[in-house]
Order: sequence, then C-alpha cells, then structure tokens
Amino acid sequence: MITKRIIPCLDVKDGRVVKGVNFENLGDVNSPVALAEYYSSCGADELVFYDITASSDGRKLFTEILTETARNVFIPLTVGGGISTIEDFDRVLKCGADKVSVNSGAIRNPELIREASQLYGDQCVVISADIKRVDGEFHVFAKGGREDTGMEAISWIKKCVDLGAGEVVVNSIDTDGVKNGFDLEMLKAVCEAVNVPVIASGGAGSIEDFITLFKEIPDIDAGLAASVFHFGEVEIKELKEAMAANGITARL
Amino acid sequence: MIAIIDYGVGNLFSLQCSLAKIGFDAVVTSDKAEIEAADRIILPGVGAYGDASEKLKSTGMGEIVKNEAAKGKPVLGICLGMQLLFEKGYEYGEFDGLGLIKGKVVSMADVIPAELKLPQIGWNALEFKKECPLQKYIKEGDCVYFVHSYYATDCDYAIAATTEYGADITAMVNDGNVYGTQFHPEKSGETGLAILRAFCELEV
Repeated sequence: MITKRIIPCLDVKDGRVVKGVNFENLGDVNSPVALAEYYSSCGADELVFYDITASSDGRKLFTEILTETARNVFIPLTVGGGISTIEDFDRVLKCGADKVSVNSGAIRNPELIREASQLYGDQCVVISADIKRVDGEFHVFAKGGREDTGMEAISWIKKCVDLGAGEVVVNSIDTDGVKNGFDLEMLKAVCEAVNVPVIASGGAGSIEDFITLFKEIPDIDAGLAASVFHFGEVEIKELKEAMAANGITARL
Repeated sequence: MIAIIDYGVGNLFSLQCSLAKIGFDAVVTSDKAEIEAADRIILPGVGAYGDASEKLKSTGMGEIVKNEAAKGKPVLGICLGMQLLFEKGYEYGEFDGLGLIKGKVVSMADVIPAELKLPQIGWNALEFKKECPLQKYIKEGDCVYFVHSYYATDCDYAIAATTEYGADITAMVNDGNVYGTQFHPEKSGETGLAILRAFCELEV
C-alpha cells in the first residue's frame, strides 16, 4: 500500500528559512541545506522549498541553495515561489527539483500549467492554492494570500487538473498558523472534486492533527507543514510512529 | 566509471549526485567511446514511452546499450529507462523497447481499482519475488519512491520485487546482467542509495 506522505515546507528568503504566522511576522529558523538534511534523516517523505525572495540576487542565492540541497538530499524536492514562466520551470528543474509548484503564476496565466505538463509531464506540475472563505464561499487568493481573486476555489482547482496539474496543494488561509488542525471541510471538498494526489496544508499544530486528517479524509495523500516541524513541536519520527500505531500506512 | 546514457530525456542531475554521494564517478554521456569504456551503464528516463523509444533509435544510444549489454556489462534501467528494457511499450500506441528483458509495458489502469489515483506517486514497500544482487543492502518491506502510470507485465521470470498498488506491480527486475527499477533509487533516500551501491559494486 502506498504510504501517506509527510512533507516539511521550507520558506526561503535571502538564503534563510523563514515562517510566518498567517503569512506575517517572519522569523528566522535555520539554514535551508542543514534543515533539509535533518528532515531527510528524520524520515520526511518529501521537501518543499518555497522561494519568497523578490530580488534577483535573492533568486540566485535560492538556486545555489537548491543545488546544494539536491547534492546531499535524496528524497523528492518540490520548488515553488515566483514560478511564472517555462524558463522558471527550467531553472529550478536543472538545479535538482523534481516537481514545480505554481500559484500566482498560474492565476495570471493558466496556460502555463498546460505548457509545463506537456513539456515535463503531469507528475512535475503541482498546483498550489491559497484558499480562504469569503461570504461562505471558498475563494482563491493570490500574492501569498494577500489578494482575493474572487475565483471560486474548487472549480479553479478542477480547471488546473484538467490543464495537466498532477498534484494539488491546498493551503487554507483560515487555518494557517493557527495550529488548531487542518481545514477538513475545505480538504474534503477538494478531494471529492479531483482524482490526483491532494496535499493538505495549513493548521497542523500537533501529531493528533495529522492523525485526524488521515483518518477523517482517507483520500488525502500527504500532510504539509512548516513551523511545527521547524520548532520541534512535532517530531517527524514520532509522527510516523503514531501514524503506524493508528493504522495509517507510513514509511518508517 | 559509470555511463549515464544521455538521449535527451529527463533530468540527470540528481542521479549523478546520488552516485557521487556513495563514492562512484558517473558521467552523463552520449559518446560511444565513453560508453564502451565505462564499466557499467545506467539508462534513465522520464516522460512518454514513444518519445523515448524514438530518441533511443535516432541517437543510436539504443544500439550501443544493447551491444554493451550483450558483452555482459551491467545495465540498470530506471523508471522509464527500466520500461525501455522490455520488448514493447503500449503508451498511446505500440512502441519498440530494447528487448533486453522479455515482456511488455502497459497501463496500470487495466489492473488496479478505479478509485486508486494514477499516476502512483509516493513511497511504497517492496515485496521480494526472487533473489537479486540489488537487494544486497536492503530488506523486504523497505519503501522506495514511485512516479508512474505504466508497469511491466508478462515478465514473471525476471521480477525480483513487486509493490502493492491495488495489484502486484512490477518494481524491480533482473535478467542476467540487466537490471531495472520502476521506482527512482536516486529519490528513495537511504534505501535508494543502498540499491545504487549494490549495482555499482557488481563484479564486472
């Protein structure tokens, strides 16, 4: 049986890992390469590197860090942040990324998903959506969760999968940083709509939150989190053992 | 020296890095003399069967790999590279593989329950079916990383390991000096590195 994946996410700015609560108050955590190696040794199933740099100097530093990570860490690497063109795909794939996650870039130009999936395969293209409830409806937000696009989220995700996205990351802005559990209602709605792997993000505060996620939504493929791993509130090894003890297939 | 065959498909950076990590020199090459001089060959591959089959032909790399395999040189196919070791692939058509292992490559959609997602993406456990030198440093139940929608069948004699994804799916094959893994050892953590090490240490 395929195992449920646990994925630490590293937000990288100016060569350092950062993580904000509700996307603000960024605080410095650690060196990305060291943290990636540490997570890999603890049993992380995959890593996400998210480039939140705006400057070209920062971008160059990010690709150097990615290359250095790929030289030392041999689990799948997904890269996101500022991916707007096929050239961006090419740049990060050459540095050792296995999958590329698109968010605002796909909102501006959905055809990017089609082009990239035809060039690199569906498995390479991940649609990442920041979603928040607005007047009882799920809305897609752009620009790191700061801008309401007005688009309904479930139909947006379906459209992305039809265009060729091979995996979906659902990040609930409503639960992000609150550490009170994943957004089960939102995640269920996405799982019912698509038949590609769905990765839950936003809200993990404890081992129990992951257990609840996988038990309540058997179709969820992976749980993604950042600060609970970075600050040691959830140890990946303990999490995996707890999953196995609860009958959830995990790679130990 | 290990020759990683470059025929224009996929990203070979991680594969080369993983071999360097365990202390083996590898060169990404499409140079005949360099491949002939190498003591073992890795055939990588990501993408569609038809494209890759065509590229193996048009670049002449397919013939070279076949000749080197016939001399007894260890050959390891990874993912689509493994699938290309078989006689035929049926992905949007019918295409020739290298025929180094008997069998064919078909969609998993025909054998797995409809509710399972395709492609299979993620870590899954190995079940051993016969002894194989690639298993030297790993144990049954170890997990490796898969990304695929097609699988090799009609090849029971060569199956060294399977993985369970709604059906027994061919995961590792071996026929003489020819080896293949459906999963990505270069992305399968310590288990993957151990499999690559066993391949790199095969007597030549």
